[in-house]
Amino acid sequence: MPSIPPVTRRRLLASAGAGAAAVGLGGGGLLAGRRLAEASEEGTGRVPFYGEHQAGIDTTAQDRLHFAAFDLLTEDPAELRELLREWTRAAAEATEGAMVGDVNDVPLAPPDDTGETVGLLPSRLTVSFGFGPGLFEKRGLGLAGRRPEALRPLPPFGGDALNPAESGGDVCVQACSDDPQVAFHAVRNLARIGRGVVAMRWSQLGFGRTSTTSRSQDTPRNLMGLKDGTANIRAEDTNDTERFVWVGQEGPAWMRGGTYMVTRRIRMLLEVWDRASLQDQERTIGRHKYSGAPLGGSEEFEPLPLEAKKPDGHPVIPREAHVRLASAKENDGARILRRGYSFTDGVDESLGELEAGLFFISFQRDPEQFVAIQRRLGRFDALNEYIKHVGSALFAVPPGAMPGGYVGESLFS
Amino acid sequence: MHRFPKIALCLIAALLLAVSAAACGSSDGETTDTTATQAAAKSKPASPQEKAAVAQYRDYLEENTAELVAKTKPFVAAVVAGNVAEAKDLYPAARIPYERIEPVAGSFGDLDPRIDAREDGVPADEWGGFHRIEKALWVENTTKGMAPVAKQLQADVEELDEKVKTVKLDPVEIAVGANELLAEVSGSKITGEEERYSHIDLVDFEANVEGSLAAFEAVKPLLDASGNADLSGEIEADFKMVFNSLEPYRTADGFVSYTELTKADTRKLSIKIDTLAEKLSQVPAEIDNNG
Repeated sequence: MPSIPPVTRRRLLASAGAGAAAVGLGGGGLLAGRRLAEASEEGTGRVPFYGEHQAGIDTTAQDRLHFAAFDLLTEDPAELRELLREWTRAAAEATEGAMVGDVNDVPLAPPDDTGETVGLLPSRLTVSFGFGPGLFEKRGLGLAGRRPEALRPLPPFGGDALNPAESGGDVCVQACSDDPQVAFHAVRNLARIGRGVVAMRWSQLGFGRTSTTSRSQDTPRNLMGLKDGTANIRAEDTNDTERFVWVGQEGPAWMRGGTYMVTRRIRMLLEVWDRASLQDQERTIGRHKYSGAPLGGSEEFEPLPLEAKKPDGHPVIPREAHVRLASAKENDGARILRRGYSFTDGVDESLGELEAGLFFISFQRDPEQFVAIQRRLGRFDALNEYIKHVGSALFAVPPGAMPGGYVGESLFS
Repeated sequence: MHRFPKIALCLIAALLLAVSAAACGSSDGETTDTTATQAAAKSKPASPQEKAAVAQYRDYLEENTAELVAKTKPFVAAVVAGNVAEAKDLYPAARIPYERIEPVAGSFGDLDPRIDAREDGVPADEWGGFHRIEKALWVENTTKGMAPVAKQLQADVEELDEKVKTVKLDPVEIAVGANELLAEVSGSKITGEEERYSHIDLVDFEANVEGSLAAFEAVKPLLDASGNADLSGEIEADFKMVFNSLEPYRTADGFVSYTELTKADTRKLSIKIDTLAEKLSQVPAEIDNNG
């Protein structure tokens, strides 16, 4: 019988302990759902959607990612605003752990929510939105005058092997969660809501975080087996986030409290890397593989001995070691907030090798911070022997929204 | 904290009652047993507007099965006469009326597979119909052994033409059919699977969309009357957009071969179909007078 599955799902929910009682008392469904959400806030892994900054940037990095870039199909600003309103609403619902939309119970109608997260916890879902340079080039939208000067296309870098089909995009959605299905659900439902206004250009699943954005987290390892992001900016270091991440008075007013996001799909040549000796691997990166300590040191968080020399006169941290080239010290103090994820997408058809690597995401107050670092890395980094940048995108990430408002509203006001 | 649907759980009881009532109501020996039919089983008599919708679509249906019979006849004759070139020329015209009304044909047991099965859809010794002949013409370049298959095809389309005259229809089912035709486009036309030997998939594509539009237009007055004139207008505009997107591929005698389409071409077409279909999928619930 066609209508049984949804009813069964609802039964399952109704029997979920305290939830059932609360629903019984609750009366109206919408209200009951919300009240429940508030009643059991603790331990639910819910990250507030609304706030000064968008969640998913300096909030604690979750374990999974689903990222999507979209092409905008309309040049009508009203349609874009409506999309952002709808997306904001749906994203807020999803982060609360509620179903998306209103129509989920009409037998003859396709449910608004696609359903795969029914029964799952909110799982610290965050949904963050960004605008690509192309958005400001669509005449009909009339946003050319609002384009931040900082939002210039990234220049070409050494080691780039970019595939246009995996690069760029007018709008992006970054969904992070501890449950991959919750992250997938967010992107899928937003894509569905946007049908006709946006079309997905490319998307990327990330199965494991490679960065730490909080002091409460251990440094994770990337697919090269290396601790990644030891020197990352931490949310607790608000001086650093104010200085390096959040746009201040310098940007257009609508970007204040926002940031710029760079994504790079970095394919790792893992088969080649795995054949490199431990010593080569460590000299390539400039750290000991297992402890994460700088070469010659023993503790992960020791300062990098960039000036130290070995008895033979060569630097302890080789000149072309990744950590040296990427270090703030060698980049005029510039730092970025990294929030990347490991990915694998099966087998590289033409090579018979793992299609895997790092989906690099960084947030910075000005894309120039990334550009300066990547220029050096692209030219000199010893790691280039083992990686290829195959996808690239840049987005202006507007500030967060308050309840009743929507993400990106400031762009139109 | 688990995810909760936003509709009150106290609706469940009511829903369950409605569903069982609907299920009972549908066990009256209707020839079709689709999900929509069950859920939409009549508990209210049809209104004059609903009757008009059904009458309008019935005309379209019968026009197309009549055309199917008429266009299949010369095609079959060419196959029986062993004229490969002529049979190839006549093949698309016979396909079009069928593709416009396929969901209805699909409601008569094994008639649809007999007429339209693809090679991997049925056991090899049962495979007949259009696509068996298509393979003979385009791959084997012969009509050898195809005369009995062609004659059976003619008998089958004639049987279909008879059967549709008594098929029970209701507006919800017609609206569901409009969606099924777009699902056909997404599932087998845009992928080049349906006409894998002749590659006339865009001909089928257009026919599916034409059939979907005809079904939508039949129920459109009901949608407008239900306070959904906006949705109705958007759907009409999207149909136009889909037809326009096919124009670059039109040739003097049909469409370019599917093999000439790039991934970018099919992607563009697919996105347009998805856009239209997302909206069209809301229609059955909106016009359901039991809802």
